[in-house]
Amino acid sequence: MKRVQFSSPLLPYLFLAPQLAVIVIFFYWPSVRAIQSSFYLEDPFGFGSTFVGFDNYLGVLLSPEYLSIARFTALFTALVTFFSLALGLLLAVKADAVIRGNAAYKTLLISVYAIAPPVAGLIGMMFFDQHIGPFVKIAAFFGWEMKVGLSYFDTAFAMIFVAVWKQIPYNFIFFLSGLQALPASVREAAAIDCRSGIKRFWTVIFPLLAPTAFFLLIINVTYALFDTFGVIDVMVKDKAANNPITLVYKVYMDGFRGNDIGGSSAQSVILMIVVFVLTVLQFRFIERRIHYT
Amino acid sequence: MHRTRILDHAVLILGALFLTLPVVVAFMTSTHEAAAIHSTGLMLSPGGHLVETYETVLTRKGGFTGQVTGARMMMNSFILGIGFAVGKIALSMLAAYAIVYFRFRFATLAFWVIFTTLLLPLEVRIMPSYEVMSSLGLINSYTGLIVPLLASATGTFYFRQFFKSVPEELLEAARIDGAGPFKFFIDVLVPLSKTMIAAIFIIMFVYGWNQYLWPMLMTTDERFFTLMRGIKQILQVWIGSQIPDYNEAFALAVLAMLPPVLMVVLFQSWFIKGLTESDK
Repeated sequence: MKRVQFSSPLLPYLFLAPQLAVIVIFFYWPSVRAIQSSFYLEDPFGFGSTFVGFDNYLGVLLSPEYLSIARFTALFTALVTFFSLALGLLLAVKADAVIRGNAAYKTLLISVYAIAPPVAGLIGMMFFDQHIGPFVKIAAFFGWEMKVGLSYFDTAFAMIFVAVWKQIPYNFIFFLSGLQALPASVREAAAIDCRSGIKRFWTVIFPLLAPTAFFLLIINVTYALFDTFGVIDVMVKDKAANNPITLVYKVYMDGFRGNDIGGSSAQSVILMIVVFVLTVLQFRFIERRIHYT
Repeated sequence: MHRTRILDHAVLILGALFLTLPVVVAFMTSTHEAAAIHSTGLMLSPGGHLVETYETVLTRKGGFTGQVTGARMMMNSFILGIGFAVGKIALSMLAAYAIVYFRFRFATLAFWVIFTTLLLPLEVRIMPSYEVMSSLGLINSYTGLIVPLLASATGTFYFRQFFKSVPEELLEAARIDGAGPFKFFIDVLVPLSKTMIAAIFIIMFVYGWNQYLWPMLMTTDERFFTLMRGIKQILQVWIGSQIPDYNEAFALAVLAMLPPVLMVVLFQSWFIKGLTESDK
């Protein structure tokens, strides 16, 4: 905090009031409601509710369906995170190496950043469409009869593909600015000591990028868990039956389609715990980075 | 040395094609007729129906009630994007100002109350949020669309970091010159934050414009539909039709991505600066 500060009995509260009001009404109130209703069995027609303790949690955690969705979510998150980080890093390293045309590549590579997940999903649907999709034709050439929307595996493949496509620019931006922030002296010293470019990258450059990479790892996991909702919703088109979905989608399906408010709330709380752990990790890490730089 | 350069360019060109080609194809295909797309597939060259397809999408009254047009949805998307960005900047600048520049009793508590919101994305508390909104009677209103999205600390966090980097001497000098809290904020801090405000505006506009789940739940009245909500709609009509209106779906997708993409591409340097420097 600042050495010199204003001191006023009323002003700081006045300045904080709008932000706090919005947060209390639209954040704390719903969050408390979620925790509360996760312990109740609510009548879907609104005729009251009964306290059931941890039944909703047990119901969720013991259901084979929930567990298989959790497994898919973990796999989906791992693959999306890995591929979007790897491709983002590869492109950033190449863009950093190229001097001529650097700006043009940069513009092209970040342009997709601003596309919304459902729009990405819609474009993806077209590319994987049974009649007009070029990807389906390419797959058919290799003897893979692709049926996105009908076959579990094919839909999962398409979803991961679209989710990765949309996330590459974000990782590219961060890796590139991380690379460009590295001191020239370090690079020159490394270049003198080590002739092999690949070895130099993994032993000198990559460790220096590690803070950026770790930050991005958490952001990408959060992206894959939550922000892909739009991609999934567009690609499964409300027919979740045989299609792969993630945990967030399940919260939505049970709450709004299935009217299972207790179960949906219990799932929300489980996800809250997951996000809480991730954010604590991120915070600890950010604090450390500030400390050392 | 020479050969690696060529390889670098090759990788970059492949990457750029992979990322941008789908967008180009989406645009090109939207300028053809649905029947032509149905028989030949996606297009890489422009067709002759650009004006009529986009005119149809923007002006035809569609939906169940026959009230909503593409132009209306676009306007709603702009209201959501701009309203959200402006609201976010106003709320978070004030809050960050109080936290950084004032000495008061519950400063630490206020800090934690605000920053806990970073822990839970809207998606995980979606069901109770909806209940709260319906008990407040805010379903189908711009207030209900925008204000609940403001309940997160990202903006406050950005401005807090930025204010902390502003030199101490400025406040000392301003106080010697007799400037009070309001004068210092308006005459010193706001002009200093211009670039930061621009960068955050871009990031927040894109975020607001791209909202999908929240508008989907909050709006049942078609007059409040945003473009993202329209995409959901077009997909629902799709199921069961003989020759789907591929061209119109693509045109809608192009309209939905054009403003945020333009914003990011045109104001690239601000946007990158805001994005990468604010979360340190």
